Amino acid sequence: MNSMRPMNRKARKVQDTVIARTGDVHALQNPKEQGKVYHPMGCTLNFTPGWEVDISGGTAGLCQPVERDLFDCYLGCGWPAQVPDHLNNAPNWTDKCASAANDWRNVDIVFP
Amino acid sequence: MTASATLTASPYRLREYHSFESGGTQFLYLVPSGAIFALNAIGQAIIDCVGEQDRTREELVSTLAGRGYEEAEIEEAMTELEHSDVIFSGDQTFQEAPTLPTGSFPLQRVVLHVTNQCNLACGYCYEYSGDKISETQGKPKYMDAAVSEAAIDMLIKESAERPSIHVTFFGGETLLNFHGLRDTVAYAKTKSAEAGKSVEFSLTTNATLLNEEIVEFLAEHRVGVTVSIDGDRELNDKMRIFHDGRGSYEIIVPKIKMLLNRHRTNSIGARVTLSAGVSHVRRIYEHLTQEVGFRAVGFSPATASPERLYHIGVQKMSSILGGFEDLAWEYRDWAVAGKQHGFTNANDTLKELHSGISKAYPCGAGLGLLGVGTAGDISLCHRFVDSPVGKMGHLHEGGVDHAARNNFLETHHLGARYDCHTCWARPVCAGGCYHEAFVHYGETSAANLHYCDWIRGWNDLCLRIYGEISLQNPSFLDRFSEN
Repeated sequence: MNSMRPMNRKARKVQDTVIARTGDVHALQNPKEQGKVYHPMGCTLNFTPGWEVDISGGTAGLCQPVERDLFDCYLGCGWPAQVPDHLNNAPNWTDKCASAANDWRNVDIVFP
Repeated sequence: MTASATLTASPYRLREYHSFESGGTQFLYLVPSGAIFALNAIGQAIIDCVGEQDRTREELVSTLAGRGYEEAEIEEAMTELEHSDVIFSGDQTFQEAPTLPTGSFPLQRVVLHVTNQCNLACGYCYEYSGDKISETQGKPKYMDAAVSEAAIDMLIKESAERPSIHVTFFGGETLLNFHGLRDTVAYAKTKSAEAGKSVEFSLTTNATLLNEEIVEFLAEHRVGVTVSIDGDRELNDKMRIFHDGRGSYEIIVPKIKMLLNRHRTNSIGARVTLSAGVSHVRRIYEHLTQEVGFRAVGFSPATASPERLYHIGVQKMSSILGGFEDLAWEYRDWAVAGKQHGFTNANDTLKELHSGISKAYPCGAGLGLLGVGTAGDISLCHRFVDSPVGKMGHLHEGGVDHAARNNFLETHHLGARYDCHTCWARPVCAGGCYHEAFVHYGETSAANLHYCDWIRGWNDLCLRIYGEISLQNPSFLDRFSEN
């Protein structure tokens, strides 16, 4: 919050509620550390999941079907990710997403 | 104009809060949540701007932009303040009076009046003086095993899923019935162990009957002790006297020193009752800590109707607040240095402010705590034991009267105390002591209006001290989070 700082326990609860109501969606993890960028390591770029290990070398936050798999797993690696069939049935599903880092909200929802 | 356009065009207003300054920083104490925030510059600017005149969101943004703030920064801060209930636009939504939550209220503590007799004749005693409300005639002088064991059984049953319970021994002078107390401790330990609960004990005593055997017992069973004492010989002996008029100071001080020396397994605190002639806060505190050796000293004004000679008038209460303020700033100095000060009034209030308590009831009476008289009468709390007021059943006649208890809780909820609705101190006060209200106004449900200014003054002081500690040594406050 930039208007005020919580000082007691109740204020921290109020802050959590305000952030839950008004805060932006944060990519990936670390909801408690707002503003910290979560840097993965692995075979692909930040916003194109399919990582083998995370920044600390762990595997707990790695790609899960649906939530994390995007096109790189599917196209680049041939990984059988649960994404729309980019070649045949949904060729345009990422047309509005020129840059995954900035436009990921615009990726279309595709129903089978 | 559409409804949404009307809404966005509505001027912003300030919601309910108490603002205070501490250590050069501006703080908000939000009501009724009890949240404490330190304001940043943009937050303060928005509040100032809202307070100046009626302005819509657009007007606020443009005004603040003219004062040098970025538009995005203003928008974000306004949204935060609105969602934190600091500012609002449109119609203020009034919440309906809270209703009693459904479900049970598991009992946590019973206060057992192990005797209604006392070997002292303190002038201000609410059990024996002019304001007494208990009717002990025809009641046993001492609680027998049948009653105390039934009380423990009742506590275990009514505590439902609570993992721990607490038994407080009270009187009269508690130690006049030490043997009953000792047997009750043994019984409570056995029964609570069978029920898979832990049990803790505490008692209040005038210290006249303490001896080595008793102190060893209290230490062995980790019994917390509150000693009633009013300061040095001159002050203590003004009110705390034997029936023949002799002062109690000379008798009790060696015994208290022995207690403090040998009993290290639980807290031992001094409880000072302030009255018209005994209001020397610092003198009392220093004597009890430095000369007698207490590490914790708490003060409480005597409950008395205004016509009593020992009643503390408005002027005296104001000088007592001055004494409290003096000790509270000393508490602040110690806290900043990482040391625990022994002024328990400040400690207790800071603990409540730290958690951000927002009370629906002023205390646990009738909620998690009940009193039990020598004959087995169950009452609202220890101050109403054996009184027709606040009766909550009888141990041998069906136990806790849940209908009476629920009725009490419904009629004494903060929502029903209309005098308190606009007071910023209500999250911590909630109207004040039921017994105090009954003595002053004849109604347990009355708000203690004679204390309002005092309560607000005290809480404002503690908020400022909390602010300073939170800025200068925030880790000190961690001790309040431990339980």
